[in-house]
Amino acid sequence: MDYQNTLTTCTYCGCGCTLFLESIDGKLTGTIPCKTGPVNEGKLCIKGWNVHEFVQSDKRLKKPLLRKDGELVEVSWEEALDFTATRLKEIKEKNGSDAVGFCASAKVTNEENYLMQKFARAGIGTNSVDHCARL
Amino acid sequence: MAGLAASFGSGAMTNSVSELEESDTIFIIGSNTATSHPLVATRIFRAKEKGAKVLVADPRKNQIAAFADLYVRHKPGTDVALLNGVMKVILDQGLENKTFIKEKTEDFEGFKSQIEKVDLDEVSKITGVSVEDIKTMAQTYAEAEKASIVYCMGITQHTNGVNNVKSLANLSMLTGQIGKPGTGVNPLRGQNNVQGACDMGGLPDVYTGYQKVTIEEANKKFAEAWGVPELPSKVGLTIPEMISNIEKDEVKALWVMGENPVVSDPDANHVVKALEKIDLLIVQDIFLTATAKLADVVLPGVTFAEKDGTFVNTERRVMRVRKAIEPIGDSHQDWQIIQDISNRFGYKMAYDSPEEIFTEIAALTPSYAGITYERLEGQGIQWPCPTQEHPGTPFLHKDGNFSRGKGLFHAIDIKPPAEVIDEDYPFWMTTGRVYAHYHTCTMTRKSRLLDSEISGGALEINPSDARILDLQDGHRIKIASRRGEIETQVMITERVEKGVVFMPFHFEETNVNKLTNPACDPIAKIPELKVCAVKLEKA
Ligand code: SF4
Repeated sequence: MDYQNTLTTCTYCGCGCTLFLESIDGKLTGTIPCKTGPVNEGKLCIKGWNVHEFVQSDKRLKKPLLRKDGELVEVSWEEALDFTATRLKEIKEKNGSDAVGFCASAKVTNEENYLMQKFARAGIGTNSVDHCARL
Repeated sequence: MAGLAASFGSGAMTNSVSELEESDTIFIIGSNTATSHPLVATRIFRAKEKGAKVLVADPRKNQIAAFADLYVRHKPGTDVALLNGVMKVILDQGLENKTFIKEKTEDFEGFKSQIEKVDLDEVSKITGVSVEDIKTMAQTYAEAEKASIVYCMGITQHTNGVNNVKSLANLSMLTGQIGKPGTGVNPLRGQNNVQGACDMGGLPDVYTGYQKVTIEEANKKFAEAWGVPELPSKVGLTIPEMISNIEKDEVKALWVMGENPVVSDPDANHVVKALEKIDLLIVQDIFLTATAKLADVVLPGVTFAEKDGTFVNTERRVMRVRKAIEPIGDSHQDWQIIQDISNRFGYKMAYDSPEEIFTEIAALTPSYAGITYERLEGQGIQWPCPTQEHPGTPFLHKDGNFSRGKGLFHAIDIKPPAEVIDEDYPFWMTTGRVYAHYHTCTMTRKSRLLDSEISGGALEINPSDARILDLQDGHRIKIASRRGEIETQVMITERVEKGVVFMPFHFEETNVNKLTNPACDPIAKIPELKVCAVKLEKA
């Protein structure tokens, strides 16, 4: 049995409580609050105590989906990535850079948001990047 | 954010969460802290135990209000009127901090002459708060040694959201309640990494660390670092603008990462129409959300438990996220997905890890320059952190030395919400968050325990209104605004005042955003999610 504890930051609100994710043989089993967390000092709210649950939900998307004849169907990564890049290229060429918009996210990491706006600005050539937290 | 940045030069929370324990007065406005930020509320409870006074102003009597020393229920959309009233009292009674105003701020005179015109009786009429309560609030706040303001979406989600925030900044400068531990103005961020998304340039006008795309120097620096001959210097579109440009056939492709605008956008019908119309909708997410269902291509990313990286919490603290398990199914790292598409598109990226990306961020962002993954071990670091030796910054604007130089006063006039009640739509409706759920629920409702805590959205209504409409708890009711109609059940409660109804915005089944008003604040472009006019009919 492989039991692991991984120190990380709760993803449910802006408090930034730190916690350990417990896993056994690569499956999450629970959370433990971190005593030295600068905000939470060993506490978690009900959301934090259950933050591992959604991760292994059977509703998680497991394969890329592509719309074919009106339906979303499972495809390979190759096909999904090629389709996306090709369509973006076509639209940029035909309609210009500002015909593409990007919605960054308050739910993903800094590194991911950084990369998205870098691609928007340097790759596509538009500043139309925004995030839903405005809402 | 836009409001605070204009007043102080930085849009972030001025203090650390733990410092709230040191405050002797905490003024909470438009924030249901106990439910949306439970572990910030803990600090407020502790401060109160140590003798701090807690002042709460909110149209809805939320949990934190129940615990306040003084709670005032002002009418929805009357925040500026209330704050102007409070500042009028401070000036009338000579409670302002004259030295601070003189040495640390500018444009005070214009602000002062505007406040002098305020009539307290009229404020009382507009807000529904007694003159006596306004006076008590003013005195308690101004006379405190260390007063903190705490606010959230209740303040920003209005057509005059920026003015609301500027008014709070005015109040803190007027009394010198800023620039010390436990003393300042503190916006609580709703979702976990809002601060980070903004810091990283997830906004149409700035690169990382709020470096403006319109400033030539910044523009050149980034173009060089990113290996392109030039970068666009025109400010881009906000999400509401992208949506309307889809309708005008000007925006043809949209890439949505980790967000569900169909549920979180005001006036959701109109968003659905736009997303159905667009040529290419790319959705990168962990679940098949309402938005993903409309997509042309859906790219499965991973949750926080499956990735390495960093988040920034509400107090500007950069913190590590660490991978605990392997990606579920055939999902890919979100940074990898972007890199793969970028490479296929023809813009080369060759990162090996999130850490490598972070190193690039730090090199391009002065406020992050001293931060490395290694230094983030332990407690994380609060920006600004300009050098490797810098310990980070627990509170901003030390001793009133503002990021922008001097603090800037703004004269703010009272303005009614964009939509007001009338004969046809006689009820004010406000929206907000409920305990145990998180934004549009794409994550929390997949958690059985959290979903059973509270399931389905109910409309909160005052007992006297319920009586007139012949309603009982659990009855079905139709709610209509000028934009749409939804049906739900009612919950009768004193939490809302007569003439006001409240509904949470999390639930797809009863999508309250079908009713809300997309009118935007002219500067921050934050839609007026908080207030609209509705009519009610028993279903
Ligand atoms: S444990 Fe609760 S308060 Fe802490 S970050 Fe998570 S959701 Fe927020």
